[in-house]
Amino acid sequence: MSTGREPAGADRPPRRASRGEPALEVRDVVAGYVPEADILRGVSLRVREREIVTVLGPNGAGKSTLIKAIAGLVPVRSGSIRLFGESLLAVPAHRMVSHGLAYVPQTGNVFARLSVRENLEIGAGAHRASGGFRDDLDRVYELFPRLAERRRQAAGTLSGGERQMVAVARALMSRPRVLMLDEPSAGLSPLLVAILFAKVREVRELGLTILVVEQNARAALAVSDRGYVLAEGREQIEGGAGDLLADPEVGALYLGARRALA
Amino acid sequence: MMQYVANGVVLGATLALGAIGLTLTYNILRFANFAHGEFLTFGAYFTLVFAAFFAGAAPIGPLTFGWGFLLAAVIGLVLSALLALVLDRLLFRRLRRSDVTVTLVIASFGASLMLRNVVVFVWSPRPEYFSRTIAVSREIVPGVRMTGDELFVVALTAALMLALHLFLTRSSLGRSMRAVSDDPSLARVAGIDVQAMIRWTWFIGAGLAAVAGILFGLTVQISPEMGFNLILPMFAATILGGIGSIYGAVVGGLIIGLAQELSVPLIGAAYKPAVAFTLMFLILLVYPQGILGDRS
Repeated sequence: MSTGREPAGADRPPRRASRGEPALEVRDVVAGYVPEADILRGVSLRVREREIVTVLGPNGAGKSTLIKAIAGLVPVRSGSIRLFGESLLAVPAHRMVSHGLAYVPQTGNVFARLSVRENLEIGAGAHRASGGFRDDLDRVYELFPRLAERRRQAAGTLSGGERQMVAVARALMSRPRVLMLDEPSAGLSPLLVAILFAKVREVRELGLTILVVEQNARAALAVSDRGYVLAEGREQIEGGAGDLLADPEVGALYLGARRALA
Repeated sequence: MMQYVANGVVLGATLALGAIGLTLTYNILRFANFAHGEFLTFGAYFTLVFAAFFAGAAPIGPLTFGWGFLLAAVIGLVLSALLALVLDRLLFRRLRRSDVTVTLVIASFGASLMLRNVVVFVWSPRPEYFSRTIAVSREIVPGVRMTGDELFVVALTAALMLALHLFLTRSSLGRSMRAVSDDPSLARVAGIDVQAMIRWTWFIGAGLAAVAGILFGLTVQISPEMGFNLILPMFAATILGGIGSIYGAVVGGLIIGLAQELSVPLIGAAYKPAVAFTLMFLILLVYPQGILGDRS
């Protein structure tokens, strides 16, 4: 079913370190919603297989635009976006899941009038018929036991944290290789944020590569391997998560600023 | 009195079928399609044409028509659904790119006028009937007489509604259509081909409207204005039931149908259309979102 170029069977010989291959590579991307108003002005980043990478940045830096450009929702004017070496630029947004890329938008990320179970069925898409659906369902219910209890309830009646779980679970049902989360902590209490990011780590253990865009830098970096700081449509700083947390400049700009806002 | 209730259910069933299509297209495309009534008209006229080909078939039991007519009705349904797809391709899809909904509504009004004139031009302004056979009505329960055709209308409507319910809740295509109506942009991200779902919505909505038109033709008559005359009660039914809700459209259709028929002995047939709207206003005063509308 996978359209990737890798041979079937996920365990390849450890040619490099196990977290070596670039799963997602964004190079010099210029993009924006309307012509002549570029929001991304040549951004580059790479996410290696099974890595968790966070993109930080002030409001308006283009974080959401970046994730939407990768998802095929914002026209890319130049540059390249590759998923396991395969260009995504000509792939329409609704075909991304079949290429192994799943995206959880920041808001409006559940089908409010559909039940939890139906949200997950939609997520499964073509896999619904091709078998293994029950196993996938059991796996996400195991990851989010709460959803199993609420499976018959309309997603719109759930709490903010539960909705976020539905959104992530829906994305997982498409059997993605790369998962992108746009501000998953938005609107959640600190406790829920901690639970959510712990789940992100568990999701990685299933073999996924994860790209997160976050305002909540501390919580996101705490579970990430690396991070990028995006400002004015370009990546300004790149580094290991611990280094970024310790970096006085990043601290002053984003970690402190975040605290001042809260 | 019970006789008027029975008549109201027959009319209500027709309105409900038409209103479902209206609410489906509203739900996904977010505009009130005034040309929807023309799908009823064309459904009836297409069927009329093909029914002439299969005129030889003997009537089934107490009905005024035979298998040939049913075959013609299926062809009429498919052709009306295709007409909706063509209309969407040529007109609505282009206009959807601008975000001004009122453009679409007015364009649909124009399309309605144009299509109605096509009917007058191709056929004639005179009313037509599927069959000249006099439908014999029988006493179903004491005081209520119904023809075989009228019973067929009610039974078919009930069957189609059940089928639609199962389709929307159990099938993967139906679920995807509901997802698109819930949130088109999320549906796209979740891997649903939104354009394909829009085409299915037109197909099903117009197909049901065609059935409504055929059933109206069976129990009343066929005329170029039939769809236009029914579009306002159908809108009243959708709004009354809660726009966007399929079950609301069914409830709304039945209420409007009953109210129109029951108004006949009370205030006279001339006020039928006004009754639909008066009732709609009264119900909206109590339930601003419609009876089964979203209260979120």
